[in-house]
Amino acid sequence: MRDSRTGWLLLSPTLIILLVFGFAPFLYVLFVGFNQWNIFSADDGLVFNGLDNFRRLVFDDDFLHSVGLTMRFAIFAIGSQIVLGFVLAQMLTRNFPGKSLFRVIHTLPLMVAPIAVGAIWRLLVIPGFGPAPFFLDRWFDLTYQIGTYPDQALWTSVIMDVWHWTPFVTLTMLAGLTAIPKEPVEQAKVDGANRFQVFWYVTLPFLRPVLLTTVFIRIMDAIRTVDEVWMLAGGGPGTRFTGIYIWRVVFPRTDYGYGSSISIITLYLTIVLCWLLFIAISGRRKGEVE
Amino acid sequence: MTTTPRQRLRHLAATYGVWIFMTILTLLPIWWMFVVSMRSRVELFARPNLALTRFFTENYSNVLTDSTFQRYMTNSVVVSTSNAVLVMALALLATYALSRYKLTGRDNIFFWLITNRMAPPAAFLLPLYIMFTRTFRIGDWTLYDTQIGLILLYCVFNLPFAIWLLKGVVDGIPIELDDAAMIDGAGLGGVLRHVIIPLAAPGLAVTGILSWVFAWNEYLFAANLTSVNARTITTGLAEFVTVTGTNWGELAAMSMITLIPSAIIVILAQRYIVMGLTFGAVKE
Repeated sequence: MRDSRTGWLLLSPTLIILLVFGFAPFLYVLFVGFNQWNIFSADDGLVFNGLDNFRRLVFDDDFLHSVGLTMRFAIFAIGSQIVLGFVLAQMLTRNFPGKSLFRVIHTLPLMVAPIAVGAIWRLLVIPGFGPAPFFLDRWFDLTYQIGTYPDQALWTSVIMDVWHWTPFVTLTMLAGLTAIPKEPVEQAKVDGANRFQVFWYVTLPFLRPVLLTTVFIRIMDAIRTVDEVWMLAGGGPGTRFTGIYIWRVVFPRTDYGYGSSISIITLYLTIVLCWLLFIAISGRRKGEVE
Repeated sequence: MTTTPRQRLRHLAATYGVWIFMTILTLLPIWWMFVVSMRSRVELFARPNLALTRFFTENYSNVLTDSTFQRYMTNSVVVSTSNAVLVMALALLATYALSRYKLTGRDNIFFWLITNRMAPPAAFLLPLYIMFTRTFRIGDWTLYDTQIGLILLYCVFNLPFAIWLLKGVVDGIPIELDDAAMIDGAGLGGVLRHVIIPLAAPGLAVTGILSWVFAWNEYLFAANLTSVNARTITTGLAEFVTVTGTNWGELAAMSMITLIPSAIIVILAQRYIVMGLTFGAVKE
């Protein structure tokens, strides 16, 4: 009965779907990335050109700019989310009347469609009737126009992302905090550690796996962000993130070969970034133990 | 470190202060969208007023009676529901296989599953576009602009998380129960129907609900792999914003409608959202 043939049979529909719609496209991107292929060029077929796309990419200001913007976006957004999420999670570890209601409301943005998040924020910042430009002008005498000022567009994207994803960090941190055993914390307090020391030497090491997972997932998602920023600013200045740039190269410009090589590099950067982070965090941990 | 009642009171006040502030920050943007959806075009361009002035439901009735919107809505419901059902079924079979059978490379398969979600989706648009328009073609029929195309494609990001979520559930069901059922003469189908499904029902329900909402929320693939017949509601939302002038009231009304399922899901599946979003790496 329990022979592995049946097992594979049960697994096969899943594997087939993932191979066809997940893995095959990946291989295809890898292949096309080493070719020149633009259906609007004189020679509209695939022409193998080795590493030319990648050479071009290193000198492509638009691409480098998009990577820089994505990094700034990711660092500011994720940084704020981690700090805010941790503080909020800490406040949820104790019981107080109305806690579950606050928690439900706080979780709400998580499940809102990214495109709707973009729509919500666009309505807030739109010149003409949005409250944000109106009140900023009135109270702080600040001209707020995300279509004109790239920095404002970037900051608005960051704030929107913080609004959207902080609840995720809060919930994972809360899960991590509640899993911490009570004894080491009590013991540290008995030994005369102050609150910061308890946090740094007891809470943080226990929290590290959860923190790491959260940061990984957030980095992956931040680099992939397209929908909400697209809806917010329509790809205007200051929000031309890598995901949006890839889409622009592939669809309106139909530069398939080059678009694919950018995709490969982006995926590669994501993996390297996560790996470096992993090394940094686990390396520091080793240093502390010694 | 003992706390006096006074300290405790101060602490409680701080907690409430922060949380009430957070609640306002969370709800204010959504509230503003609701207000916009309740205003006519003329009223909108007056001085911004955060208060609800009157119940103006024309935006909602316009959107709801529009045949294009109805088609988008139907597509979204059909695609998300079929995808959720398919994901539940396939994930249950796959999890059962991973949990009960000794398969070579089981752990590698398991890990490979999540890597399917790491890549930027924009990277896969091109190959998927080509697949949808050229590779899968029977006569004039292609996967492009069909509901089934989206249903299958959404499995790529829903199946991995579903399997991760269900793995823990199925692993928790004692194998002795399977054996007992088999001794009673049940086949594989019988074991699944009478042992696994009833015991894994809550986990399955959560998997279904979360898959549903992920499919409902998806935009990028739907926007680029459909044109007329299979467009979904998120795509419809983006289409509202045009160069020639956007009907903001209707956009807001439509967004409010898109939001309703999300709100219901947050209330129904609160505790499992984290697990769903972290592939089961973080449990509550």
